[in-house]
This record gives sequence, C-alpha cells and structure tokens, in this order.
Amino acid sequence: MQRTLFLLNAPHPGHLPPAGEGIYAPSFTAMNKALTYGLLLSVLMVIAPHADHLPLWVSALCSALLLWRAWLTYSGDPLPKRWLLMLLTFAGTAGIFIEFRTLFGREAGVTLLMLLAALKFMELRAARDAMVLVYLACFIIITNFFYSQSIPTALYLLVTLIVIVTTWIHLQAQSIALKQRLRIAAILLMQAIPLMLILFVLFPRVEGPLWGLPQDAFASSGLDEEMSPGSLSRLSLSDAVAFRVNYADKVPLRNQMYWRGPVLWEFDGRTWTPGITTLTKTPEFTGLDQQIDYTVTLEPHNKKWLFALDMPDNVSVPATISYDFRLLNKEPVNKRLRYVARSNLVYRANLQEAAQQIKRALKLPMQFNPRAQQLAAGWRSAGKDGAEIVGIALSYFRQQGFQYTLEPPLLGVNSVDDFLFETRQGFCEHYASSFVFLMRAANVPARVVTGYLGGEFNDYGNYYIVRQSDAHAWAEVWLAGQGWVRVDPTGAIAPARLQGSLSASLPNNAALPFMARNPPQWLRDLRLNWDTLANQWNQWVLGYDSERQFAFLTRLGMESITWQKIALNMMAGVGLVIALFALFMLRHLFARERDKVQAAWLKLCRKLAKAGLPRAAHEGAQDYAARIAAARPELADAMRDLAARYGALRYGALSDERAQLEFIRLIEKFPSLI
Amino acid sequence: MSQSLNNVIRQAEQIVLGKPQQIRLALTCLLASGHLLIEDLPGVGKTTLAHVLARTLGLQFQRIQFTSDLLPADILGVSVYQRDSSEFKFHPGPIFAQMILADEINRATPKAQSALLEAMEEQQVTIESTTRALPDPFFVIATQNPSYQAGTFALPESQLDRFLMRIQMGYPDAQAERGLLSGVDRREIVAKLSPQMESSELLALQKAAREVFVSPALLDYVQAILRHTREAARYTHGLSPRAGLALLSAARAWALLDERNAVIPEDVQAVLPGVASHRLQATGEHAKQNSDALARELVEAVAIP
Repeated sequence: MQRTLFLLNAPHPGHLPPAGEGIYAPSFTAMNKALTYGLLLSVLMVIAPHADHLPLWVSALCSALLLWRAWLTYSGDPLPKRWLLMLLTFAGTAGIFIEFRTLFGREAGVTLLMLLAALKFMELRAARDAMVLVYLACFIIITNFFYSQSIPTALYLLVTLIVIVTTWIHLQAQSIALKQRLRIAAILLMQAIPLMLILFVLFPRVEGPLWGLPQDAFASSGLDEEMSPGSLSRLSLSDAVAFRVNYADKVPLRNQMYWRGPVLWEFDGRTWTPGITTLTKTPEFTGLDQQIDYTVTLEPHNKKWLFALDMPDNVSVPATISYDFRLLNKEPVNKRLRYVARSNLVYRANLQEAAQQIKRALKLPMQFNPRAQQLAAGWRSAGKDGAEIVGIALSYFRQQGFQYTLEPPLLGVNSVDDFLFETRQGFCEHYASSFVFLMRAANVPARVVTGYLGGEFNDYGNYYIVRQSDAHAWAEVWLAGQGWVRVDPTGAIAPARLQGSLSASLPNNAALPFMARNPPQWLRDLRLNWDTLANQWNQWVLGYDSERQFAFLTRLGMESITWQKIALNMMAGVGLVIALFALFMLRHLFARERDKVQAAWLKLCRKLAKAGLPRAAHEGAQDYAARIAAARPELADAMRDLAARYGALRYGALSDERAQLEFIRLIEKFPSLI
Repeated sequence: MSQSLNNVIRQAEQIVLGKPQQIRLALTCLLASGHLLIEDLPGVGKTTLAHVLARTLGLQFQRIQFTSDLLPADILGVSVYQRDSSEFKFHPGPIFAQMILADEINRATPKAQSALLEAMEEQQVTIESTTRALPDPFFVIATQNPSYQAGTFALPESQLDRFLMRIQMGYPDAQAERGLLSGVDRREIVAKLSPQMESSELLALQKAAREVFVSPALLDYVQAILRHTREAARYTHGLSPRAGLALLSAARAWALLDERNAVIPEDVQAVLPGVASHRLQATGEHAKQNSDALARELVEAVAIP
C-alpha cells in the first residue's frame, strides 16, 4: 500500500464504475428534478410564441398543466392517474374540434400539438418519455415559423434550440455540469452550421409558399379599399413597413414619390369606395418622359394591388394596369413580393376619357353638404374652366385658416360642410375628400386616389422604406386637353408633408408613434441599420426562392442546372461534411497515444535524465518515481504526485481536461535540476 | 479496498513469514478467478500458504495428495450401491470444495491429472453421465515438485496453461527463517485462524477485479509484450492470445489489490513473471535458465509505449 492512491472516487471496489462503459449510457432511472425543470423550460419556450394566436382556453390549459407538473416535481407528489389524463386528453381534443370544426389543417393541428405536448408531461416517468418530449419540442420549433419568420423569431428559436439540446444532453449524461452541457450544445449546433448552409443553398425550392394554403394570410394592416374620415390618420399611427424601394439610378424628387394604391370613385356622403364599373378599357398614355427604374419589395397585404409611381409602363410580374392606372396583380399578395418596375414621371393620361367615366367622376350624393355645393356652384357660374376652379379651390384651402392635424374633431352628417365651414381641421383624407367633392360640385371630373407618399431613405442599405405612416390620399381631376392631373390639396395646407416627413408638417405630433416623431440620431441610425438587416434577411433568406437559387448557383459556376443536379450536389455536400467530421473524430481517436499528457511526462523524464537520473525504457511511472524518491528525497513528494497524476490521466477511465492542464502546468513548473 | 482484504493479507503474512510477494500474487490469482500452481521443493511452505488462504478467506478446504496410484474417482467421487435402498448413491470426492489443494500434482499419472484439470477448466464434473456443478468460488492451488526430481510426470504445456499463474516460494531469508524456527508450529496456528471474509464478499471482489479499467495506452503495452515474445529469438514460441488475456485479468486483480480502478504498466510487470514463466520456454543456450529470470528479462526488454 505504499503507492500513492489515485482515483479515489470509488468508495468500495465493489462499486467501481464499470470498465469501458461510457458516461453516455442513458439511464432509465426515475426522472431527476433538474432534468424535469429543463424539459419544462424547453417546452415552455417553444410554445410561448403560440400564445399569441392559440384559443385562450388552450393557452390557459397548457400553462396550468406545465405549472401543475412543475409543482408535482417540486413537491415530489405522484403523477395524476391514468383515467384523469384520458379524460383531459379527450376533453381537450373535443374542445379543439368544437373550436375549429376539424382536427386537421394548420391552426387545429398546431393547437392540438401544443395541448398534447403539455399533456405528455403528465406521464413523464422514464427517459423514454423525456426523449419524446425533446423530439416534440424540436418539432414544435418548426410550427413557430408558420406564423413569423422575422429575425427576432429566428434568434429566439435559436436560443430555444440551445435550451432543448442542453436538456437533451442532460438526459443522455446526467453527470455533466450545466456549463459543460451548454458548451456541448453550442458545439453541436456549430457543427451543424455547414450542413445547414448546404441544405439551405441546395435544397430544391418549391414554387409558392412552402406551407402555403390559400387562406394563409399574414395579419396585415394596410391601405383599405375605402376611405372615410379617420381611416388614414389611424393608419399613419402604424410603424409597420409597407414596402421598400430601390431606385436603379435616378431618384425622383420627394414630391413626385406618389405611390398609387386604390382609386376611389363613389361617395355616399361619408365614405369613398372604388365603386363598380364594367369598363375594361386599357389606359392611354402619351407624352411619356422622365423614366425611373426601381425595385419594390412589397410586404404581404392580402390585396391584389401593387404600388407603383405614376405612371407605370413596365413591371416584372404578370400584373395589369387598370383603366384608372392601378397596377393589379393576378392574385392577392400573401407573401413578400419583389418586382422591378419602370414609371414615367411626365405623362398625359387618358386625354380621351369615356363618357361613362366622366359621368362617374361627377356623381354626387345631392342630399348632403348643401353649403359646399353652393360654394362650388358659385365658382362654376363665374364661368371659370377646370384648371381655374382647381386653383380657386386650392387658394380657398390656403386662405381660410385650415389646419393639418392627426386628431380632427368629429364631423356630422354633412361631413364636407362641417369640415369646410366649421372645424377646418383635418388630415389628408379630409382634404382629398372635400376637394374632390367641391370639384364634382363645380362640374370638374375628379376622384380620390389613396396610396403612399415619400418614404424614409436608409443610407445604410441605400433604399427607401415606405411605412404605413406614409399613407396618403390625394385627388385627381380630369381636364380637357391635359387628361387626368394629380392635385394634392394637402400640399396647399401643409407643404412640408410633400417635402419631408409627417412629423414636420404636424403642429402637434404627440399622437404619432415614437419613431415617427423626431427620435435622437443614434436611435434613427439603429433603426435604419436594423431595417437594412431585415431587408437583407427578407431578400436573401426568406426570399431565396427557386429563381434566386438558380441565379446564385449559376453565379457559382454551375451549368445547365436541373433539380437532379442540385439534389445530387446537396447529397454530395452533406456526405462530404459528415465524412470530414468522421475523419476528424477518428483522427482524434487514433491520436490518443500521442497525447499531450504523455508528451509532458516524457519532457519530465528528459529533464531528470539530464540530471543523471534517466528512466529505463521499461520503467513505469510509479517505479521511476520511487527510484527518484530514493535517490533525491527532496523530490520525493513532487515525483510521487506527478507519477500518480500521470497514471490516472494516461491509464484512467476518465479524461478530465482540467486535470490534464494542471498536470502539464506542474511539469512546466518542475524545478530545473542542473 | 475492503478492510477484510487487508486483514487477509495481514493474517497471511503473520504465518507465512517473509513471503509478502507470494501472498499477494496468490491473492491476485484468486481475485482474477484463476488457478495457482506453486512450484518448489518440498517443505518451503507451499501447503501452509494454501491452508492459510483457505482459512482466512473462509473457504471450504480439501486437500488431495497426488500419488502415482491415484485414480480419477479418488478425486471426483464414486457411486456406491446401497443395499437397503437398492440404488446407487453418489459419494462426492474431495473436488467438491471451494478451495482444493492438489499436492504434488506431478506425482500422479496423466490420467488423474487430467481429471483435476478438466474440473478446473469447466468448474463442473461429469460422472457417469451426470453433470455436477462445483462450488463458487472454486479455486485450485496445485503444488509441484521441480520436474528433475525422481518419480514425477511433468505437466504438458497445454495443461500448464490452465493455471493462471505459477509462482515459486524460494527459501525464506535468514530473519524469517529464524522466526519460523523459533515460533510455534505453523499447523497449530493455522487451525486456530478465523475467517476474515464471506465467500459472497470474495465473489464481489472478483467481479470488481473484472471491471478494473484498461486504457488503450495499456493495451498498447500488453501487445508490445506479446509481440516481443513472438518475435524475439530467445523463446521457442511466443505467448498465446489466451496468455494475453490471462496477463490482463491478473493485472486487473493486482491493480485492485493496490486500490486502483485502472491498470498501470507496473501492474502488468508485477504479474508478468507469474503469468508468463510457465508458458514460455527459452531456446538453445538459455534453455537451462531459470524461467522466472526469463520472465524478468522480458519485462526489461519491452519499453513502455
């Protein structure tokens, strides 16, 4: 027993760790508490984002089940009886069926999955159940992308994935410390990156949204197909991005950035609507000039119209131009759409207009707004022509003390009269609406156009961001010899609105969203940087469709691309990555004998040999240490310690990196003997 | 290591004086579930060592004195006709015990030898087509006189291979011999010894010995030794894979005795003479050499990788 003892972790020889059996053998002992909490956290994190759209009772039931399970774990009480679980499962499933009228499809399916995941905890007894929960959590990650694919969502789910993998490692090897588990999880995920990149770049892309059901609409707030007092000012409170624009070379002036949306013809005294027409005439443009080329990335808004500057004559998607110059897509835009378009800032539009259209552009509900009609009748009877009447109306707005505000007073039945003669405070829809009303009453054909004006320039990404807060309404009048001419009465009251931001044109901007006011410069920069990033994400990650894939692969030098070729390349790439990892790991396995522990030990032996105490080739560490100890008693303790450490590290069952480093450090420190 | 194993060693050292290495090797052999061959002249304490081990480990003990007229039935047992019940009744032989001392095994004929050796290998005996299991643990210590003595049948290599280890006792040193001569009769002390261990505890220790960790680095060393015996010109034939396994299991047991849960090269070196000496034979000019010295040379010839 004179030899130094090592590996004292075994209290009794009968309880030595089984030789050769790794620490990764899954144990099927009772679930330990920390592991259960880890699983609870994993599942909670992965289902939490769904709370946003799950039926309230499902969210409540899931939270209650998870809380219950946490309490049972804490208190150590037994799990609920089988019949109770059956009852809960059937009741929950029935509830979902009643709620959705089906158990299939995205909504009902996801809801059912959430419920079952929470219920699975109630029979979490063995490692096998835990394994099921881990897989379930991984699967639920995907369902989150049905609802949001933004960068924050992706980052959140990455964190969630790390938590899940950490729990998984805990399940496989209960003896590893938390920090170590996190490290292993991070390494595992990093090792997956090359595979992820290959699969992302090469996986054949399916046309259309991957999980696209026709009703798969993204919740959208955007321009509506009708306009009433307050509808645009409400929209201008939203910070959401409507679309982003890249101008190819020339950038139009700000007061020319009118993005045409719905064109409204019919007025019922309060609300403007597009109305119905059977006309399928294509518009006629003459005298086109000042071409502008640009690319629009439109956020999904579930409507058919696309936005273009006046007047578009070329667009890269199969869209048509309606008789009132709107750009209409074939189907509603329910996923992000990118299109290249060309517009002419100088134009003559529909110099010859159909009589039917002129008639529509003059129609008025005669029973409302008598004073406005009277005012306009006065202009008409003075014998002025269309252009003159427009000028009179604009100067009327300028001179009568009108105010531009986001919070106008409420208007009565005669909304135009109330606005023109009583309140005189309004937002763009009030001005557009009353202007068109006055024009029609003065017998000048006119209509309301809604859309967006301007946008924010992002000099980090060199593109314009058009937000919902840039929503605008203006007027268009038809003048003989000039066709349809854009008139923006808002410009008469608040010229700044046409030149710059909304906040500059409002006297009191407290009601605007924080970012639409005047934020500090750094915050502005941050936001623009973030939007640049989001734009890149949209363009290159989410927007990486088959077209981009082909373009990208062509740029990489792949010729005559086919699906088979892509799939083959993908498999070859995946195989290569796996082979490389396997090679790396096997090399690691074979390299064990040339490990750094042995190198350090041999270094020590060389040092002692120089001092005249060489180790015989067949001499083991312990024997050598004993011999040195006899010859040089002052080294006895250090040598015995080192020999014991060497034995444990080189021949022991557990290889502990810290102990290895400590051993190497001790040898570096070993005194020079010469 | 268990306290009782310590006690066993201490008690044995008090009686078998001056032979701590032999005691440890004998215990190693026992923990590795192997059988032990002790080869030496008569009267150097072979029988005493076996006796002491059996007593202190609390094992049933049987001694079989091998003679030239010993028959297999004398070892295994025989069925005798019972007149009152008109049946044959089996009378178990001395082999049905946990520890057998087969004294002077090379004085018996090969036929009697092989009866014992087959029982050792199978841990069961078949008599008149009935197979009977031998107790567990089952441990044979055979003693053998040097083969140059008169009236001996040397065990062939194949049978020597059944023994995990062969050790030699050697004469005691002066001090130990003085103690021996002046002390009480050894046989009397042995009779009074008390067991230090249950047989179940011994089984647990044997299991623990099998589970001592062997690292790839150590396997490299063992393979280097095996390779050397096969390549060097000194030996008529190299060590077999079975000898390699024996070396490993003995080294594991030695490591356990040393309170370690992993084998280090020193363990292999400690058991190598015991495991290899009766399996190796020197060629030509070395043939006369003491086989223990041969094994020690082997230790020094192989570098630890």
